[in-house]
This record gives sequence, C-alpha cells and structure tokens, in this order.
Amino acid sequence: MNNKLIVSLSPHAHGSDSVERNMYGVIIALLPALLVSLFYFGIGSAIVCLTSVASCVLLEWAINKFVLGRKTCTICDGSAALTGLLLGMNLPSNLPIWIIVIGAVFAIGVAKMTFGGLGNNIFNPALVGRCVLLVAFPAQMTSWPMPGHFWQYTDAVTGATPLSVMKQAIQTGDASVLNSLPDAFSMLLGDYSLGGGAGTIGEICGLALLIGFVFMLWRGIITWHTPVSIIVTVFVISAIMHVVNPVYADPTTVILSGGLLLGAIFMATDYVTSPMTHKGQLIYGVCIGVLTIVIRNWGSYPEGMSFAILIMNAFTPLINNYVKPKRFGEEVKK
Amino acid sequence: MNPILLAVLVLGSIALIAAIVLFVCSKKFAVFEDPRIAQVNELLPGANCGGCGFAGCGAMAEALVKGADKGSIEGMNCPVGGSDVMGQVANVLGLAVANGDPQVAVIRCNGTCENRPKVAEYVGLHTCAAMHACGAGETACGYGCLGCGDCVAACQFDAISMNTETGLPEVNDDKCVACGACVKACPRHIIELRKKGPKNRRIFVSCVNKDKGAVSMKACKAACIGCGKCAKECQFEAITVENNLSYIDYTKCRLCRKCVAACPTKAIHAINFPAPKPVEGKEEQA
Amino acid sequence: MKIRTFRIGGIHPEENKLTHEVATQVAPLPKQAIFPLSQHIGAPAKPVVQKGDKVKVGTLIAEAGGFVSAPIYSSVSGTVLKVDTAIDATGYRKPAIYITVEGDEWEESIDRSEQLELVKDHPELTSEEIIERIKVAGVTGMGGAGFPTFIKLSPPPTAKAECVIINAVECEPYITADYRLMMEKSDEILVGLELLMKAAKVTRGYIGIETNKPKAIELLTGKCRDVFDGSDYCVEVVPLKQRYPQGGEKQLVDAVIRRQVPAPPAIPVSVGAIVQNVGTTYAVYEAVMKHKPLFERYTTVTGKLLSKPGNFLVRMGTPMQEMIDLCGGMPEGENKLLAGGPMMGKALTSTEVPVCKGTNSVTILSGSDAKRKEAQPCIRCAKCVSACPMGLEPYLLAKLSSFKDWERAEQEDIVSCIECGSCQFTCPAHRPLLDNIRMGKSTVMGIIKSRAK
Repeated sequence: MNNKLIVSLSPHAHGSDSVERNMYGVIIALLPALLVSLFYFGIGSAIVCLTSVASCVLLEWAINKFVLGRKTCTICDGSAALTGLLLGMNLPSNLPIWIIVIGAVFAIGVAKMTFGGLGNNIFNPALVGRCVLLVAFPAQMTSWPMPGHFWQYTDAVTGATPLSVMKQAIQTGDASVLNSLPDAFSMLLGDYSLGGGAGTIGEICGLALLIGFVFMLWRGIITWHTPVSIIVTVFVISAIMHVVNPVYADPTTVILSGGLLLGAIFMATDYVTSPMTHKGQLIYGVCIGVLTIVIRNWGSYPEGMSFAILIMNAFTPLINNYVKPKRFGEEVKK
Repeated sequence: MNPILLAVLVLGSIALIAAIVLFVCSKKFAVFEDPRIAQVNELLPGANCGGCGFAGCGAMAEALVKGADKGSIEGMNCPVGGSDVMGQVANVLGLAVANGDPQVAVIRCNGTCENRPKVAEYVGLHTCAAMHACGAGETACGYGCLGCGDCVAACQFDAISMNTETGLPEVNDDKCVACGACVKACPRHIIELRKKGPKNRRIFVSCVNKDKGAVSMKACKAACIGCGKCAKECQFEAITVENNLSYIDYTKCRLCRKCVAACPTKAIHAINFPAPKPVEGKEEQA
Repeated sequence: MKIRTFRIGGIHPEENKLTHEVATQVAPLPKQAIFPLSQHIGAPAKPVVQKGDKVKVGTLIAEAGGFVSAPIYSSVSGTVLKVDTAIDATGYRKPAIYITVEGDEWEESIDRSEQLELVKDHPELTSEEIIERIKVAGVTGMGGAGFPTFIKLSPPPTAKAECVIINAVECEPYITADYRLMMEKSDEILVGLELLMKAAKVTRGYIGIETNKPKAIELLTGKCRDVFDGSDYCVEVVPLKQRYPQGGEKQLVDAVIRRQVPAPPAIPVSVGAIVQNVGTTYAVYEAVMKHKPLFERYTTVTGKLLSKPGNFLVRMGTPMQEMIDLCGGMPEGENKLLAGGPMMGKALTSTEVPVCKGTNSVTILSGSDAKRKEAQPCIRCAKCVSACPMGLEPYLLAKLSSFKDWERAEQEDIVSCIECGSCQFTCPAHRPLLDNIRMGKSTVMGIIKSRAK
C-alpha cells in the first residue's frame, strides 16, 4: 500500500448540502421576481440590481483583503452576491448609482463585515443598507417609478404606491380613497396599470415571489415557519381592523402591498438573523407581523416591514436563549 | 412656582432620598471582609493564571488568610511570583513559608518529523484532544506528541511555541512560570514540571512510550526501548525503568550525565550543559 | 398502514448497499489470529493461556475481567504464539493474544449439526439457565457497541422489562450483514428471540426492520405468524421508515412502542424495552442451543472501489488485510479504512487490526469520499437543529465545547448526545460539529462523575 490511510473522527460521510447551494438557491428563487420587474420597470431594475450586486461583492473582497488581511476569499460562497441582490430588490428602480454604492457600503461594510463577516452579523445586511438609505435620502428613496417605461432609468415618471394610498386613507379618515387601489388579483400578478406607481423592484409581483417561496421550500433552503407566521399574523390582525374600521385596508390588499411578501419570504428568513428553532421562528414571525401593522398604521413611515424585521433581529439572540427545541424524552417525567 | 425652581427641588429631593437609601443599604447589608485579604491581594501578581490551583489571585488571597488563621500556609505557592512574593506574603501574615525550587515545563518527546515517520493522514478538527480521541495519531507511536498545539494555546505567558520543522513544542525557559496549564492541556501527559536545575541544567528521558522496545523503535528512532542501561549506570538510584520506559527522578538526579552517554537511542537529553571535552575512545555527546 | 418512525430529527444518507444481494460466503481461516482483550464495554478480559498452549476452536482463552465484562474464546485451533500488544479498533496498542492457526479442530462440546433446536424441546431452559449460558458464551452486543448481553437481560430492580425489541434496522449505509443474516438464518433468529423473551420474562416481542429490506420483512412476517401465532408470545414485525439513525436504540424504542427514553443515566429498560441486535439474537441461539461460544460473526466487506465486495462469515481475530485481499485488495489512491459504517465507524491507521465481536463491517471509502471539505463559518441555518434526533442544538454545543464552557454545556444537555453524526452530515458549512461535541461530552461526563464521588 503506497498511500497512507486517511483517518478522522466519525462521521465520514457528508450530505450534498453546502453554503453555495443555499445562497445561489435563494438567488435563483429571486429571479422570477427580478424578471417580472424588468418587464414592468425596464432597464432601471437591471442597472440597480447589477450595481448593487457588483458593489457588494467588490466591497467584501476589498475589505477581506485590505482591511482584515485575510488570506481566504469569501466572495465565491454567494452570500455577498445575495445581499447585493436583496438590497437591490428593496430599492426603487430609479435610484442613482452613487446612492446604491453608499447603500452597499453600509450593508456589507457596516452591517456584515464589522461584526465579523458571514454568520456573525446581528442585523440583516440588506435591510440595514436599505434603512440607512431611506433615512439618509428620503426623497430619492420614496419616488416610485411608474411601470411601463422600459428605457428610462433615473428620469422615469413617478407615482404613488398602494402603501401611500393606504396611509392617506388612515390619515384623512376617508375609506373611499382605498377604492382607487387595484384589486387583489391584479396586485398578485403585478399589474398596477390601474393603481399608479408600484414600489421597489422586488415588491411588484406577489406571484413571482410565491413561486420563489415554493422553490426554496422544495430545495429545503427554508422552512415554512417564518413566512407563514408573518403572513397569517398580518392577515388576521388587518382583517379584524378592517372589520372594525373600514379606513384600514382589507387583509388581502395589506398582504400584497409593499414589501410584505418580499420581506416575509426573503428577508425575515435570512439564516444568520433569524431564530434557530421552529417554535422560535413562529414567535419571531408573529412579532414581526404585529410590528409591521403597528408601524404601517400608526407610524410616520408608510412601510413598516423593514423596520419590523430589524427590530426583531435584535430579539433573535433572546429568543434563541429561551426557546429550546423539545428534547428527546422530555415528556417522560421521572 | 417657577418651573426651574420646581425642577431643581424635585430632582434634588430624589437625589437625597436615593443617597439615604444607598447609605443605609451599604451599612445594613455590608459584608465584612478581612482587610488582610486586600493586603495579600496587593502583593500577588494579579495575572489570575490559576497556577496556584485557585480560581484567581483574589481566591488565593482568601485561602492564604484562611490558612494563616489555621497556623500555616504550607502547600500554597504562587509560581509566577515565586519565593519573593511568597516571602512578602508570609511577612504580612506573620508566618514562615517553605521555599520551593523553581520549576519549568519539560517536553518529554523527541519524535520529530525526521525520527518518527508518518503512517496516516489526519483530517478534521486540528486539536491534540481530537486527534488523541481518533487514535494513535499520524504516526505509529500512540504515546507521542501530536503536534497540534493544545499546549501552545493553553499558555498565557507566551512561553511555549510550536517548531514547524520538528513538529514539536519548545519551552522558553525564561518565560515559563511553571503554572501547569500546558501539562493539563496535553492529552498524552507528555509535558512534566521538573526542577529547573542549577544554571538551568537538567536531564530527562525525552520519551513516554510504554510499548515494547522493538515496537517503539519501529515507530520512532529516538524512542526509549526500556533496555535499562541508564538505570545500571546511575550511582544515585535516580532512574527507574517500568513498563518499557525509563524515568529520571529529578529530586535524586545529580546531573552527572553518565546515563546520557549510556543510552543507545539517545533518548536521554541533557539541557544547557557545555559540550564535553572529547575523550579518546568515547563518542562526543552533541 | 402508516409506517412508524422516530419523532425528532433524522437524515437520509445515500444507501450504498452494494452487497445487498451478495450471499454470505464463509471466509477462509487466517494464518494468524489476533484477539484483543478488550472487545466489549467494561473491564478487559484476563488471559488464561500462555505462550505454547494448544487451543481448539471454542477454547476459552480469556476470562471475564469483572462483572461488566465478557470472556473471549478462540475462533481457531492452533498454538498460542504470544500474549503481547496489538493495534485494535481504538487505534491504540492494547493487550492481545496471538494464535498461530493449525487445522480447524473444534471443541467437542459444540453442536455443529444444522438441526434447528426449539425451545419447547428443552424444558431445562429456565430464564436463569438461558442467561447463564449467554454469560458463559461471552455474547456481547453485535451491533457495534459490545455491551455484555447477559447484563441487559437482567434489568436493575427499579426497571421492569415489558418487551424485547430486535434491532434489525441496519440504518448505516453500506452495511448489509444483518440483512443477509435475516434472509439466511431466519428460523434460528426467531428461536433466539424466544430465548431472549423467556430470559427477560416477557411475552411481547418486536422485530424492527427498515422498509429498504422488503424481502426480509415479508420473510420474517410469514415465519413469525407460523411460529408464534397461538403461542403465549405476541411477536410483531414492525416495518420502519428508512431514516438514519433509526437503528439507535432510543430511536428504535420511540418508533416501535412510542416511548422516549429520558436523558442518561436512564436506559431503554427504564421504559420497559430490552433492545438486542439481530446478530446478537443469532449468537444467543447458537450459545444456548448449540453450546457455541461467540467466536465468529457476519461481517460486510465493502467499498465503492473494491472489486468484489461481499458478506462473510468471519472467524474473529482475522486481520482486516486478509478480508480486504479476499475482496480484491485495497484500491489505488487515497483510502479511508473504517471498522463499521461511514456514519459511526472508526477510521483505522493499520490494516492489521483484527475483526472483533463488534465489527459489523469493514468499509473502504476512496477518493473524495475519504476526505473532508474545508470548514466555513457557521451560517446559523439551524439545519443541524432540525437533524438532531435527540432534540439538541448541535451548533451551540459545538461552540460551548470549543470555548470550554462546561457549565453551560451541561445545562444544554450535552450528555444526551448519541454521537450519531447527523448534525455534521447536514451542516452546509462542513463544520466539525461532532468532533467538538464529543470532546465536550466526555469532559462534562468526567466532571459529573467526579462530582458524584
């Protein structure tokens, strides 16, 4: 026997799962929504998403090499690209490139690398980037392009989103404003031709996002607990509120509007910042749902999802500490 | 009333009440601590290394004072501070202290990459503890150094480092305080705390292999084969051979180096000695 | 009918049952047989022979070294060469007896006939007599762990046995020895089951088999009906969902009788179940009915690059190199030699390690299967938590062990870990989870033990 035998501790077998498979799987799941957005918003979507992905990947490489002096390169594992794509999907398609790059600096540089890189961040990097931009550049971040202008980028014509209409209804106390919103079926498909502007690149087509959700479930990338608990909570609370006071929009409109589906399916399910047990994820989802409704209806921002998720990210370590999985043999009391 | 005056009065009374509550609590719930403990703690180095066997310098100070009340602090020694510190502590407590000889960590293995060929390749968690649990390691010697550096990681005084050429750890005599952390970290009990010796000179068997001679030689050229020649040479009865392994008792060893010359595999090492003058008919010891 | 399974966690490794339909062959005798004195859980056996003694097949060569121990019998006839040390499955040199093989002479007390002996024809077999014969024959757990069987059949006074569960699950990839045993010796296994039930003084028996062995399920269900219908015993063949680690005794008890064994020091008999491997059951039949002590066993020798993998009836003490040569020799390139399967088997540094009582398989992993990928940082995906069959949080236990936080590790129930490897198998970042947890578990168990003193 020429070669030495290889030894290690058991187990000596490994499944086919890998970090790359999961990260690129999520990217693939986002592609339907991106394609629909390209159709509706035009080249603006492509430019924003590409810029975001490129700047996030480049930043991670640069920080790893020059600031941290690490020898291994982590950009191939797909997590920087995924953060970039998610950041892009959370931005309006007419955002100028320099603002996107600033967003990437905060997403990767501050929210991810300062905490120690992949696996160590407390807050969802894409959401941190988006919220910093929202607070720093409120005008550019709240000008929503109208669908149907393919070749226009920063000079696209803008309009109101369903969320701003819903906010208006609450503030004025006039429920009839809600009649101008498109019906649920149109919102699902992403046809806002009746309703004016739509929102960020990722929000536009609920159906595409749901296809992505089913794909991720099938591949075993995420489980149903977080998204379903968020959506059901929001549905139930907004249904009760709508019945009590018609100023609040009906539950299907609430779910299909704004970043709720995008947030529930792709942002809240981020591995690093969500709880590690199924029970914990259900609690996490319910709290996000409640916070989203509270911020949307009583806060000054029309969109509550990003802030709700970021707030609950801070509670994830607490949830992990107190919510433990059911131990084998627990029910047998001696 | 003037709002500023009102604010000042309200805040002032809150502050006063808080101060009174704190004062009462500090008196009522005060824990009496022997002032000597603080004095002794001052004298101790404050490294909290655990070398004395206690959780930290504070814990040792408490134990020393307790011991002093019982009449003696025998058995308690701060290896970092050494006899100087222990002397000062004894003065403060009004006691005498036993003087210990300075000790140093000794690596009892000479299974370098050259002496001990590899027979397997290990993949996985690169710690000595993991490799030890996996089996004999990458060589045929199940007693020898695994080279992953658990001892290096355990040392808080930067006194031990891994030599990448030989694959063995090396102890820096000046920095080692004999706290014993590396001794505990080594899963094969290769490291031992031995007397530092006059002029830092010491002699030890650099092997802990208990296999029969033929087997240990096959695994490593520098192994102790348990032949017993060293024990025969020693006039001070300092050497015992048990389980195919020779051991030198450092309390009895007089550093005469007769055993070093007698060992056929050069497993006995003499540290910090000048090279012996060449004698006709005898081989020079490196 | 819903297929039963255990309730928490589990994974699906690739089956790789290359030798499923390869009929068992009798392995040739080795030239030299090596018998490590520690082939079981408990105190090592003490040798009763010395250099120069002549032994036959079935001669006692080492007696039990304590209560929790087992005697060792020679599997070959010949002369004792030496009582020395040999590398055993732990990877270290341990005391062992070397015997030079001469001929194949058996002890006269062993019944070598093929005739099936039934319990009802032997009124002298009381529960105590059965346990005594098992103890004398040195039967230990053949599934790999090696716990002395006679102790399992005499539960402590605090626990009452209600049933015997036969572990014919064989959930590890590659291994098919138990399956071949079931297909070829089913009658003997059922007699062995009856002996176990009689010894444990219970009337209920179960045989747990994974659904990837449909022929065995069908065969044993039919035979059980013929043998046990109308008798005092109630025996059920339970098909189990194919999932790892279904063969772990706690998971098996959960799946078959829906009771979960609490954390250690509780054992399956605390919830009324005595679990025995099917190979052990066959050894019990041979020991009690044929007066044959334990010295040979069914072992699979397998590997993707082996030219002729197969199942063998091997005399214990045969060096693994001879078994590998029988199957075409060690493949070219990089290999990992395992005693056991890929999930819980032990990697060996030498091919001279002999087949022992617990060696259910000799598996050779080659090429990329033999190596591990580089570990990446933990991405907190919680897939290890979903996979853990004991409801633990492997990522947390591994982190606490590497930071040496023993107090918190104990609070997080690290001692409940059954070291199945499901967590490390699943981890997308290829982290050495079980390597760390194992270290932590042994340290914490040491701390608990020293506390109890």
